[in-house]
Amino acid sequence: MAIDFVARGQDLELKGIRKEFPGFVAVDNLDLKIPAGEFFALLGPSGCGKTTTLRMIAGLESPTQGEILLGGKDIAGMKPHERPVNTVFQNYALFPHMSVLENVAFGIRQRKVAEPLPMAQQALAMVELEHLAQRRPQQLSGGQQQRVALARALVNRPSLLLLDEPLGALDLKLRRQMQIELKAIQMEVGLTFLHVTHDQEEAMDMADTVAVMNNGHIEQLGAPEALYERPKTAFVAKFLGQSNIFIGKVAESNSETTSIDFNGKKITGLTSRSEKHTGKIAIGVRPEKTNFHEEEPAATSGLNILGPGEITDIRFTGVSNQYQIDIPDVGEITVFAQNVGRSPVIELGAKVFVSWKVEHSFGLADLPSGAEEAE
Amino acid sequence: MTKFSLGKFLLPTYVFLTFLFLMIPIGYTFVFSFNDSIKSNIIWRGFTLDNWLNVCDQADVCSAFGNSILIAVTATLIATTLGTMIAIALVRYRFKFRSATNLLLFLPLATPEVVMGAGLAAQFLDFGWNKGLSTVIIAHVMFTLSFVVVTVKARVATLDPALEEAGRDLYASPTQVFRRITFPLLLPGILAAAMLAFALSFDDFIITQFNSGAVDTFPKFVYTAAARGIPPEANVVGSAVFLVAMAIVIAVQVRSSLKQRKLSK
Repeated sequence: MAIDFVARGQDLELKGIRKEFPGFVAVDNLDLKIPAGEFFALLGPSGCGKTTTLRMIAGLESPTQGEILLGGKDIAGMKPHERPVNTVFQNYALFPHMSVLENVAFGIRQRKVAEPLPMAQQALAMVELEHLAQRRPQQLSGGQQQRVALARALVNRPSLLLLDEPLGALDLKLRRQMQIELKAIQMEVGLTFLHVTHDQEEAMDMADTVAVMNNGHIEQLGAPEALYERPKTAFVAKFLGQSNIFIGKVAESNSETTSIDFNGKKITGLTSRSEKHTGKIAIGVRPEKTNFHEEEPAATSGLNILGPGEITDIRFTGVSNQYQIDIPDVGEITVFAQNVGRSPVIELGAKVFVSWKVEHSFGLADLPSGAEEAE
Repeated sequence: MTKFSLGKFLLPTYVFLTFLFLMIPIGYTFVFSFNDSIKSNIIWRGFTLDNWLNVCDQADVCSAFGNSILIAVTATLIATTLGTMIAIALVRYRFKFRSATNLLLFLPLATPEVVMGAGLAAQFLDFGWNKGLSTVIIAHVMFTLSFVVVTVKARVATLDPALEEAGRDLYASPTQVFRRITFPLLLPGILAAAMLAFALSFDDFIITQFNSGAVDTFPKFVYTAAARGIPPEANVVGSAVFLVAMAIVIAVQVRSSLKQRKLSK
């Protein structure tokens, strides 16, 4: 077989990928570059085209147009079994009629490796399942099956490993544990991982780079911190964590700050943290960056202050409380406050002011769709 | 005090009587295969093993039985191969006339055997094809094919396409995927279909009667013999077939229950 075993992962580049299904476009003019050895997450809601993208890279779907370059070589025309790419499937797709060991050895057997079984045994040892080698997959727990699927893919040393929602079927505790293990294995083997998921925490937790996908295209791409701190579109601001978003006409914009007129109130952000500086724009802030005060804080240029408003809902989530504050002419604002002991004793219906630092605002490139989302 | 419950008593009695009713003809056939008969095998004349030991003394019984086996095996092999391919195509691929094919496959199941037998006979006559082994086999392939397709289709439908995709992803070419994944996973369904086809072909009388010409099959032999008294050798063959079938069923049951126990361990 012509496929080589590689020592390290390879670059993946998608150029102008488009996939049409009868009646709709699943992926629209997608460009993407994943450097070798990186853990890359493709994050998006169901139906955004992320799984279709993964299937095109695996060769299980063929793109309507565009190029798929792996290590600089176009593989778009290659059959799945000719590609040095392996996949961990969503429900693992372990072969029920083979033992765990035979499952893991399947790929290397196909590639005519001299001694497939010791190699498979070694791969099982990596995921700490060598003692279950003779079992059938259906005798294993969900987490164990997931690790077998991982070993079955990794034993081939693919240039690129694709993970299709591999942790979706596991419960929360096991998922956390597997996230850590998966990340450790990726660091150890140094392969390029492309992880498709709808779970934003999972993506941010594990990936070096996250691409947020929506309606067949990439909304924003970057390191998890950058995406979270500086979402550029309303979709990213809402899909990746929560946001309070305010829409208004730009009232003032200089080299330092940009302010909008939001129902008569001034909301300011840094010009450097804003995508647009003219016309109607949206400015947002993360709920944990906001504070509330029982007394109106002294107005300074570095602070956005709204209120007073009424607390309409308090939700205890363990490490923090989520407060919903309804401010006349402003609407609902969400505030997260850490439960660090000094949390103010605030009750439902209390009148409070909300504030946040100007540098915590972010200006979006588009407006949220639908007026009801303009909280 | 426990209350007297009619249902508790009635249901087992009813079930017992039903099974008794079903088993009487089989038991009768079995018992009379040991009958030391002279001309007709209706009156019990004493126990003997001669019928079992010299079953082929009655030449017609054995040759008819041999023909039936030959026809059933050939028809089963052809129908199972074709039927499996059709079933996979119908479940996995979208093509023109797919639903029409589905409908056509149900027609032989719904058509009365007399109609099908007579229709086929007329066709063979039209083509000037002499009736014999080949025409019976063609006829049997035709009517067992639908049963095979329906049985295998059910199995294909439960087969997760992701398993085949995983095989392709793990460097197996389409042929290798079929050999190492699809076929082994479909095998229980294919075997069930083959057994069904064999059983249907083996004891078919009506369609065979129309299309076999001079070739004698076991059911045909029994039917003809019934007019002048069925020889005990026919009982032997019938009982033997029943025993073999039962042995297979029991073996499969035991094996699967052993497997179950091993899995749950």
